[in-house]
Amino acid sequence: MINIANLTKNFDSFKALDDISFEVKEGEIVGLLGPNGAGKTTTLRILTGYFNPTLGNVKYDDLDIIEESIKIKQKIGYLPENNPLYEEMKVKEYLTYAAKMHDIAKPDIKSAVDKAIQTCGLAEKQNQEISKLSKGFKQRVGLAQALIHNPEFLILDEPTEGLDPNQRIEIRDLIKNIGQQKTVILSSHVLSEVEATCDRVLIINQGKIVASGTPAELKQQTTSLTKIFITVEGPQEQIVEALKKVEGVERVVNAKKEDNLTHIELETDSTLDLRKKLVHFIINNGWELYEISRQEKSLEDIFVKLTKTV
Amino acid sequence: MNHIKAIILKELRNYFNSPLAYIFISIYLVILGWLFFSNFFLMGQASMRSYFNYLPWVFLFLIPAITMRLWAEEKKLNTTEILYTWPIQDFEIILGKFFASLLFLTIALICSLSIPISISFLGSLDWGVVIASYLGALCLGAAFLAIGLFVSSLTDNQIIAFIVSIALAFIFFIIGENLVTYFLPSFLINLFQYLGLGYHFNSISKGVLDSRDIIYYLSIIGFFLYLNIRQIESRKWK
Repeated sequence: MINIANLTKNFDSFKALDDISFEVKEGEIVGLLGPNGAGKTTTLRILTGYFNPTLGNVKYDDLDIIEESIKIKQKIGYLPENNPLYEEMKVKEYLTYAAKMHDIAKPDIKSAVDKAIQTCGLAEKQNQEISKLSKGFKQRVGLAQALIHNPEFLILDEPTEGLDPNQRIEIRDLIKNIGQQKTVILSSHVLSEVEATCDRVLIINQGKIVASGTPAELKQQTTSLTKIFITVEGPQEQIVEALKKVEGVERVVNAKKEDNLTHIELETDSTLDLRKKLVHFIINNGWELYEISRQEKSLEDIFVKLTKTV
Repeated sequence: MNHIKAIILKELRNYFNSPLAYIFISIYLVILGWLFFSNFFLMGQASMRSYFNYLPWVFLFLIPAITMRLWAEEKKLNTTEILYTWPIQDFEIILGKFFASLLFLTIALICSLSIPISISFLGSLDWGVVIASYLGALCLGAAFLAIGLFVSSLTDNQIIAFIVSIALAFIFFIIGENLVTYFLPSFLINLFQYLGLGYHFNSISKGVLDSRDIIYYLSIIGFFLYLNIRQIESRKWK
């Protein structure tokens, strides 16, 4: 279990992290979500012992990251942002080096390397120079390095960054697979990914945690989440003004005219289903209703709402 | 210790898998050899004295070329993020890099043994002085390496590391030379001489293995390795 308490990090006068606290339970896959510059990488770097926080502490099973740093690092596998690798080395060579640096006993090194290669699907590339691999395979090498010593904790910084959709799915499945036996913290700004892989999500913005919970919980957390789409024929401005006054309509997001039809997007109170009311309202006013549909607010909308700079 | 060994192996492999190693050793052997042999037959003496007179100046340029990539490259590629989060100590990384480059230097020096061996066929070579001189060269080289390694840790630009290493090594070398001590008040001369890298090298090259000189070199090497450790550690608190 990881305990993060009151983490603050200042870079000169810039406050990168502002009193962040959270917990990660054993076996959880936790996602750190946030826009670029929010503090995700800074948080992960403190968690892996790359540098120390200005204030606050991090404890792994009651071991402090600063005091017992070597012990803790032995239990962590880290894939940094941009996946730095020694490109002049061959895959197997690099993983063997990583194994030695993690104190794997000499007789066990070969099997550990082979296992990591198998798990990450690197078998056919194992004797190739890393510089010659595609981005997807390089990412796998980075992941293999993080797994070589079979760590309890996996910390991954934007693991699918820069990969094409196929590669993303592969890495995602790999992480989900591996994550079954380990405690995983990953960061991303690809919401669908976080939704698909994580048990719990933390949204970070400007160094603070602005939301926390399971993807389902988060969707319910923010109010006025339901979007309703209406296509109507009639005088646009009049309709929009009238709709604004309907009880339960939070706001009109936008209204577009196409030929003689107006497409209107509304944000409404998610505790009510306003479709029936709106249908009656429109018809009673003498306008023609062509289409009405409802869309559940996605994680993306919550993300945008919570992280947009006012 | 295993970590240090693994790092030494990796860095050495890196040197020899790239043209860098072969270029360096070739240039070293050719330039120093040419400088030496230009006057050798004129002098007509079976001595390597002038070889070791030129050596510090050739080292001054070539050793920063070895060390410039040691830290600067890691910082540029950000592989430092991997090194600093692996369960290894900072000093292990530094010692690994230092000893790898020292081993490489030793290999280069061994390659130059062809010179004293061939001279010994021409005349009676004082092997005691030669061996002492090689030892002095190793000490001087190690000091330059420690300086270069430290400077490399200050930047992610290899060219800057190269130039500043030369400058710093030059300063440490020159302060003990007559060029500088000539201008000093007499009470400072001994101090400056003692601090000069070249001064101690000259003593050792004469064939006298004085513990003061060995201690001096070990102190310089220790000093710059220590600075290196502090520099690396400082990242945690920035």
